[in-house]
Amino acid sequence: MPNDMHLTRRGLAMALASGLALAGLPRMAAALTVDEARGLVDKTVADINAIINSGKSESAMFRDFEKLFAAYADVPTIARSALGPVAREASKSQLSGFTKAFQGYISRKYGRRFREFIGGRIEVEDAREVKSYVEVISTAFLQGESPFEVRWHVSDKAGKSLFFNIIIEGVNMLASERTEIGALLDQRGGDLDRLIADMAAL
Amino acid sequence: MGQQKTSNATRVARVALAAMASGMLAACAGPTPAPDQINDPFENTNRAFHAFNRGLDRAVVGPVAKGFGTVVPEPGKRIIGNFANMLDLPGDIVNNVLQFNIDDAATNTLRLATNLTMGVGGIFDAATALGLPSQPTDFGETLYVWGVGEGPYLELPFTGPSTVRDATGTLVDLATNPVSLALPSREATAANALKLLSRLRDRDRFASSVESILYDSADSYAQARLIYLQNRRFQLGQTDAAAGTNPDSDFIDPYEDPYAQ
Repeated sequence: MPNDMHLTRRGLAMALASGLALAGLPRMAAALTVDEARGLVDKTVADINAIINSGKSESAMFRDFEKLFAAYADVPTIARSALGPVAREASKSQLSGFTKAFQGYISRKYGRRFREFIGGRIEVEDAREVKSYVEVISTAFLQGESPFEVRWHVSDKAGKSLFFNIIIEGVNMLASERTEIGALLDQRGGDLDRLIADMAAL
Repeated sequence: MGQQKTSNATRVARVALAAMASGMLAACAGPTPAPDQINDPFENTNRAFHAFNRGLDRAVVGPVAKGFGTVVPEPGKRIIGNFANMLDLPGDIVNNVLQFNIDDAATNTLRLATNLTMGVGGIFDAATALGLPSQPTDFGETLYVWGVGEGPYLELPFTGPSTVRDATGTLVDLATNPVSLALPSREATAANALKLLSRLRDRDRFASSVESILYDSADSYAQARLIYLQNRRFQLGQTDAAAGTNPDSDFIDPYEDPYAQ
């Protein structure tokens, strides 16, 4: 009986607390997203640094990059956006096949470039809410080069905070991949199945 | 009488040239374009020049830059880079003033003074070490500040990606470079040779980036065009971004309309 009483009281307290939380929700949710986005990029950067400095073989590093990309980026959304209008006509199985192929392709492509980061570091400077997403601003310090800016666009529209674009000194990954995937499709006469098959070797 | 004629003809030619240039520029004046917005009416010609540039890079520039990178020791490369940067400073300062950017004009003047003295005539970049990093600019940026629109994209033989506005800027910078104008012709040639070496050094330093664009992408022309335009808009927009007027100029929303092009 006292136990029940205790529970009820706690239940009441919780109900009150959640009511208060609800009243303050818009502001709190926004603050949380900026912090979460910042945390996501901090973690991504820490993992990238760990992979780069792991001393593993290149193919092992590519596998690690792919895991990282799948965990921290909204891969299905990025892949669909890179595919452009073709995604509209694609079947479900084509889309999932493309997403899987794209994930490997991106990990190898950017993984190759991350080698230049060996001995360097990325520092998160700032994060702010812009319209429907959070922009995290970081600076990359590479050996023998002047520091440059890397921006991460983070959204929680997929259910949790994931990044959907990286902008290096103004150069936009989504825009770049749209151009690249578009050109690859053109080379294959618009044949998406052929592109999916070929992407493993790209 | 004859002289009168010549000067008239020259004046007419000048006015015509100015009208043509301003007409071309005015035609393309407008707001800052979206990140993947591309204005490329001369694509066929541009692609031909791109093929030429790519061939030149593969056969000559790339291998020479690689040779330069291997043969010249690191300190030598750095001195060439520092010296070439210093030679650009007088022109940068003139452009800063034309842009009414007194802060950068002061910084660049201080950089020039520091590197000429403590940097032993420009051999060392003492200014950057002292916390006065390089703030390069050009007449293309001055035109941007003056409100001239970007204009159509251009890929020029030898020099590569540009726009009508930036190409105009490059021509003006070349013609009015204070260092070339002040130096006797032999020294001016030496200064230009040094700048060329500095470009080779950059080609070697950024070899993997350059090669991934030129040789690993499905359409190297489209990729180079996109990267040039985005990066140039980023450079020019930095003052905007600092003022907070254009916070999400490079935002693409893949959630709002995932199929949008």
